[in-house]
Order: sequence, then structure tokens, then C-alpha cells
Amino acid sequence: MDPMTMMFLFFILALSIFLGFELISKVPATLHTPLMSGSNAISGITIVGALIAAGTSKTALATVLGVIAVATAMINVVGGYLVTDRMLAMFKKKDQTQGAKQ
Amino acid sequence: MNSIFWINFSYIIAAVLFALGLKMMGAPASARKGNALSAIAMLIAVIATLLTQGLSYHWIILGVVIGSVLGTMAARMVAMTAMPEMVALLNGSGGLASLLVGWIAYDMEPGAPLFTTISVYLSVLIGGVTFTGSVVAWGKLSEKISSKPFLYKGQKIVNSLIVAAILLLGLLYCLDPVAQYSAFLMIILLSLILGVLAVIPIGGADMPVVISLLNSYSGLAACAAGFVIQNNILIVAGALVGASGIILTQIMCKAMNRSLANVLFSGFGSVTQQQSSAGAQGEVRSLSVEDAFYLLEAAQSVVFVPGYGLAVAQAQHVVQELAQILERNGAEVRFAIHPVAGRMPGHMNVLLAEANVPYDQLFEMDAINPLMESIDVAVVIGANDVVNPAARNTKDSPIYGMPIINVDKAKTVIVLKRSMATGFAGIQNELFFYENTRMLFGDAKATIQTLIAEFKN
Repeated sequence: MDPMTMMFLFFILALSIFLGFELISKVPATLHTPLMSGSNAISGITIVGALIAAGTSKTALATVLGVIAVATAMINVVGGYLVTDRMLAMFKKKDQTQGAKQ
Repeated sequence: MNSIFWINFSYIIAAVLFALGLKMMGAPASARKGNALSAIAMLIAVIATLLTQGLSYHWIILGVVIGSVLGTMAARMVAMTAMPEMVALLNGSGGLASLLVGWIAYDMEPGAPLFTTISVYLSVLIGGVTFTGSVVAWGKLSEKISSKPFLYKGQKIVNSLIVAAILLLGLLYCLDPVAQYSAFLMIILLSLILGVLAVIPIGGADMPVVISLLNSYSGLAACAAGFVIQNNILIVAGALVGASGIILTQIMCKAMNRSLANVLFSGFGSVTQQQSSAGAQGEVRSLSVEDAFYLLEAAQSVVFVPGYGLAVAQAQHVVQELAQILERNGAEVRFAIHPVAGRMPGHMNVLLAEANVPYDQLFEMDAINPLMESIDVAVVIGANDVVNPAARNTKDSPIYGMPIINVDKAKTVIVLKRSMATGFAGIQNELFFYENTRMLFGDAKATIQTLIAEFKN
């Protein structure tokens, strides 16, 4: 890989970490669990790597590993988003009951 | 414009949506939309990736179908009380995926440049530790394995040796990746073992920290996988998750007044057995449900302090019902939530939200403590260490210095508990022996149901 690409990737990394700190540091305790499971779902972004790996595999081993990689990443993504949504739906309901009270 | 341009353009949009989604998840009103936005970002990234030329789809489809079905089933069927272990499992599967992406990249091109080789090494290592670490965390949280710290003699030496071996093998592998397939496989194996060994010495009460940290790892593993395939979106999203996990870890450590190193390595709660007897002693005053009813009936202000026991007893709905009855009876009802109550950050908030406890009744520790002295009755449900006054009073207590909810300052404290067993810190709670404390033994849910029945008569 040429050094410029490498620098470019590190540049992105540095800014993203900074952005991550900025975005999360003020979240109220109430939302810690959904935030965690939501960001957990985002870490399923490795699905992108898994898709490329499974779609371009040439050996039998790579194919098997690729299918497992896609499946596990997909569990992370689908399960993570659905579970987070389920939790947040309850929070929303609460906001409505609160609204109705006022 | 070729397809690579459009794919990368989509990745930029996805990155922006991920960031926006995370930002919106920071406020209760917009959180659900934020999560949806982040899911859309994921969809965009996946579709863009599928447009990569030369992909053969049949294996992809197989993996996607298996993963989606399993993920959907898991998300639909899990009970809210089992949320911590669910998050741990999902986290583990993400870690495994990152490990596999690294492995496949190496398998297909063993002679890749040094930078890629190092990235493969990192994604396999972090992914492996995340995977088995999360599985062990899942086991501990669901009580499939003992949630007590597991310690043995020479544990630190064994762990250090494994870390050293991983580093050494990594050096061998990075210097000559083509010839070192067996070293690479050893690295995978040792990473998996390290994940297990790193989490088993950590006790159940410290799980909020561990889950946050593993969450951070899974982001970093995705990040490393991003360097392997030189993909921006993996690096951005992975770094966002990595950073958020680290922040949560910090918040949790601060809430326990302990350093991360202390949480990870001290085997907290296992060495304190001999101290427990030296601590609080005296007479325990127990209380019948009927007496508890009279106390609560007369109370003007009541604070519920839930802990992990509430989740175990699945008592969140009955507690909410009791809270409503008390409110109708004229009492002011509040819920005081300690930051590390339960098994993951915000665990109690989720359970009470499930039971429809109104938002304005939930108080954080710092908000409730100044009010404690004016509270008539504090009801502790399945919480222990987070209300132990030893954290304020006893200098040699393992939890000394940990911020607690000062229930002991309330006029009367009712503690709902199964037995006199210690909390996860393994120390006796001197609160139980206080003048103003009354113990109400039994299953929390059954006890509260009886209380509700008393009120209805």
C-alpha cells in the first residue's frame, strides 16, 4: 500500500475517534443501555468486510469462513438494531404517557 | 463515473448518517429515530458493498439469510431482564466476524504488504478476544457459569505468558506471513483463550464495565478489519463505537470509584471473605409484610432503590403497580438509580421503562442524595453494594470511596432481600444492622404482590 493511502486512513481514524468522543460524552444515564446496544449494532459494520470476503473467496476454506463471517456480522447488525428499537420504543411510550399527564 | 466512485460516495453518506444517528441517540425524544437512521446507514453501506464488481452472491445470500433469521429471532424473543447477556452475545458475534474477515484476507493473500499483515494481526487478535470474552460475559450474566470471580494461583503469570506468546508469534508472523500459517493459527487460538481468561476473574457486579469495554473492543476490531481491506466506512464506524465504548467504560469506573485496571485485574469480591465478618455486626430487625404495609401507608414520601435483584425477580411491573398505589395514597414516589445498579450501564432504566414508570420519577444518584433526609421510607429492592454505607464510613472496606445512594439517611429503610447473603462485592452490608433499617425477607416479586394485596383490602 502506498504511504499516502495509509496516512489518509489514519487521518480518518483520528477524526472519527474524536467525533465519537464528542458525540457520546453527554448522553444521560437513562440512555446508556440503548446507546450501548445501538453502537454495538454499528460495530456490525464489519459486515462490509465479510460481504467482500464471502463474495470473492476462491478456496473452500475462505468460502466457509466467509459465510460464517457474513452470518455472524448479520446477527450483530439485525439483532442489535431490532433490540435497540425494542428498548427505545418503551422509552417513547413513557414520553407519551408523560405528555398525556401534562 | 465508475462504480467505485458511487460505492465510496455511499460510504460517505453512511458515515454521516452513523454520526447523526449516534448524536440523536443522546436524547430520549430523538433516540429511536437516531437508531433508525443508523440502521439506514448500515443498509446503505451493505447495498453499496453489494454493488462491488465481481462478487458472487450465492454464498453471501446464504450467510445473510442465516444471520438475519437468527438475529431477528434473538431480538424478538429476549426478555428485557435478559438484555445484558443479549448485548454481550451480539457483541461477541461482531467480534467473531472481524476475526474471520482478517483470517480470510490472510488466507486469500498471504503475501500482502506489511501494513495489511499487521492489520490482519490486530483484527484477529481484538476480534478473538472480543468473541470469547463476550461469550464468557454472556455465561456469567445468564448465570450459565458462576458470576463470581474465578481466580487461581499464578493467574497473572499465565495471562502474561499468553500475551507474550501472542506478541512473539505476531512478530514471527508479520516478518514472514507467507511461511507462518501455523503461527497465525496459534495467534487465533491464543486470542480466543485470552478472551476467556481475561473475563473469568471479573465478578458479576463489575459486568457493566466489562460489557462497555468489550463493546469498545468490537468497534476497534471492526476498525482493524477496515485497515485490512482499506475501507473507510469500517474505520469510521469502528472508531465511533470504539470511542463510545471507552467513554461508557470510564463513566462506569468513575461510578464505582475504581480504576479500569482494578476492575480488570483485581478479582474484586473474592478476597474479601475474611473481612466480611470483621465489618458490620449486630441485630437485624426483620419485618412482616403487614408492618411494611402500615409503614408505607403512612409514608408521605417513598423512594425505591432498585438493583440487580429486581431484574432477577422480574419484579419491575409489580413495583410500578405498588408505586402507583402509593401515589394514589398521597405519597410522593421516586426511583433512585445508581449508575452501576444492575449488570449493564442503564440496566434499571430499561426495566423501569418497560414497566411504564414515568420518566419524571427516575432520579439519578446525585439528584436524590440531597433529598434523602426528608424521605419517609426508602425501599431497597435487590440492591446491596450500591447502598452500603461502608463505602462512606469504613476505610478498609473494598468499596470504600464508591459513591452510593444514601438510603441510610432516610427515616426508615425497608430492605427486600432473599436472605442475609452478601452482594457481589462479597462484603456484609452494615446498612442491614442500622437502627432505622427493617429487613423484609423473601422473593421481591411475591413480597410486593402481597403488599399490593394488603393495599387493595
